[in-house]
Amino acid sequence: MRIINKQKLIETVRQCCIEGATLLPEDVLQAMKNAEAEEQSALGKSFLSQCIENAVIARNESMPICQDTGFAVFFIEIGQEVLLDEGTWDEVVNEGVRQGYTDGYLRKSIVRDPLFDRKNTRDNTPAVIHYSFVEGDKVRIVFAPKGGGSENMSAIKMLKVSEGRQGIVDFVVNSVINAGGNPCPPTIVGVGIGGTFEKCAFLAKKALLRKVGEPNSDERYAELEREILEKINASGVGPQGLGGNTTALAVHIEHHPCHIASLPCAVNLNCHAARHVEKEI
Amino acid sequence: MIKLTTPLSRDAVRKLRAGEEVALSGVIYTGRDAAHKRLCALLDEGKSLPVDFKDQVIYFVGPCPAKPGQVIGSAGPTTSGRMDAYSPRLIHECGLTGMIGKGNRSANVIDAMKSDPAVYFAAPGGAAALIAKCIKKADVVAFEDLGPEAIYRLEVEDFKLVVAIDCNGENLYK
Repeated sequence: MRIINKQKLIETVRQCCIEGATLLPEDVLQAMKNAEAEEQSALGKSFLSQCIENAVIARNESMPICQDTGFAVFFIEIGQEVLLDEGTWDEVVNEGVRQGYTDGYLRKSIVRDPLFDRKNTRDNTPAVIHYSFVEGDKVRIVFAPKGGGSENMSAIKMLKVSEGRQGIVDFVVNSVINAGGNPCPPTIVGVGIGGTFEKCAFLAKKALLRKVGEPNSDERYAELEREILEKINASGVGPQGLGGNTTALAVHIEHHPCHIASLPCAVNLNCHAARHVEKEI
Repeated sequence: MIKLTTPLSRDAVRKLRAGEEVALSGVIYTGRDAAHKRLCALLDEGKSLPVDFKDQVIYFVGPCPAKPGQVIGSAGPTTSGRMDAYSPRLIHECGLTGMIGKGNRSANVIDAMKSDPAVYFAAPGGAAALIAKCIKKADVVAFEDLGPEAIYRLEVEDFKLVVAIDCNGENLYK
């Protein structure tokens, strides 16, 4: 067994929150630069260049890239040989979030009840934490803060199996077009195909963690990613939804076995400020 | 680039056309979901609002807290569509002439903007640290308990915007 100290976990989570909010990953920045070079609309080009300038200011001055520093979403892989010395994982991770969002001057965006009592919790807790258990004695933490604007444009559909590949293409492309300028395009389009209703939504979110434009390892899905991306960018929605040829930077599909009766498909959009940070303990 | 200074009269609004780039200076007010809901509740009760919105501009934003020495934290636009239920009342009943946000507006809002001339500007969504640079002063003027959703009075200098929907209903999102 390897004992992990509570304070070490809190500090790692705290750092994830601050770095995640302020440092745009290099692959995302590069994708934005490529988009700026290829964008045909003058307004779109100017917008992309402002976003690139924004990422540099955020990095240099340790300011949040976007004021919506998001729901604190974590994917945590816990080695089976790891034991936390004190407290529960939920408590300790949330303490790290509390400290990170406070010390980092990040916006607190969580209300304690969705319907009857929308009062801000004032420390951005609780986080949404997805745990998985793996071999070994390490802990791998991926932090992916998720803004409300892009999250709100998510969609899920339980397709008929007969709708097949074309049904998937139409659903994903239409979801992105209907989202218009709301999710802060150019977006990264996370797509889940298969599993159950909730598994499918999870896959769509997980797909957003892949390096921008890295294709699915299965060539059939990689081809589907390319086709959907091409159709989305031919739609003319453009940067900010104000017209242009860059509506999405990438389409990432994750798939899973599913029931004989089902063909679920979920779309989770990430704005161009696609923030994520990874740390290992 | 058109230079504009608030307050924004209806006459000034009538001259603006969708697609024009604008550098806005002067006082603007922040407001998003929770603040709009409260403002409309006050209107329902026939009470006066904490801010006089005649010829004023509302920026749909919930900023990050300021670090020591900063005027304000990162402050980019939020999705305007969530304010669609409230904006027509502020235009008709309070004389609001400008809104700043991101994303398309509903037909109801556009109708309101046509009948009582008002303009909708798009700010660069996700360029929040850059936008913070043009905010020179920030004070909470109402609903402080709402935290990031409180109403701030901002003084901005050359806030770069695009006229996304003008008072003739011309709309860049279409």
